[in-house]
Amino acid sequence: MLVIPCPYCGPRCEIEFSYGGQAHIARPEDSAAISDETWADYVFLRDNTKGVFLERWVHAHGCRQWFNVARHTVTYEILASYETGAKPPKLDFVTQV
Amino acid sequence: MIERYLRQSPLAHLGLSGRGQDDGAPAQVRLAERPFSGLVNLRGPGADQTFLDAFEAAAEYALPTAAGASSVGGNTTALWLGPREWAIVDARGEPDAGPRIASRLRAALAGFPAAVTDISESRACIQISGAKARATLQKGCPLDLHPRAFRQGQCAQTRLAKASVLIHLTADESAQGGLAFDVYVARSFAEYVWFWLEDAACEYGANAKL
Repeated sequence: MLVIPCPYCGPRCEIEFSYGGQAHIARPEDSAAISDETWADYVFLRDNTKGVFLERWVHAHGCRQWFNVARHTVTYEILASYETGAKPPKLDFVTQV
Repeated sequence: MIERYLRQSPLAHLGLSGRGQDDGAPAQVRLAERPFSGLVNLRGPGADQTFLDAFEAAAEYALPTAAGASSVGGNTTALWLGPREWAIVDARGEPDAGPRIASRLRAALAGFPAAVTDISESRACIQISGAKARATLQKGCPLDLHPRAFRQGQCAQTRLAKASVLIHLTADESAQGGLAFDVYVARSFAEYVWFWLEDAACEYGANAKL
């Protein structure tokens, strides 16, 4: 069981949260003009990182806010949580892909 | 004013008023429904001081802005649900409390990007009190409910026996009537949570009454 630090409520138990996948996925600027491959890449393809992964969570049973979390996919350590729209904080961990 | 219609509390069918005879021994956990609590959901710009001021001018108490805080003004309590969301509660059991609070807030907050929704009838309010109330809730709740961590007036949305609930500690051990929590749960989960609480409190000599 993870203890996830909600930026609004503080540390809470994992069962209060829902997962939202990889964070910082930007929608392509001109979506009508891009190729199917680029669109499919945006819609379906996600990183499969071994190391620090930036991901979205929602505090579904708490304050119902979305936010981002930096989690190590090997150790399950949560290194940081920060508000949606903010830049990820600088972390010491090196990501191994 | 609401139109007159047959309004039933979510636990009416359990016939709680006909149960829970005292057998003399003091129960360490007491369960009770607080039927017809007025509950209004308020959403608005929590970081906007003019919005907070407008609420305070109308309600004569301030909206809580700290996580898990509540503030009391007269017969109503404002509970912090999120950075832009609050619950305004009047648990005296007056069926028109919800519409009354909602219409007053709507008038006071007109012009702000705010939403006022009367959700009184969507929730059941279960009061759990007595010396072992913390221990009973702790059996199905991942929050730290120790007196050091969860103090009087604090509230939190969390899960109780997997059901999504809002827990409010209305009175702690030092209060005159002793420890008491209000647990707000969706109407459709009310019976499930009630029976779960009854079962969890069984070992403490639960006493269920209205």
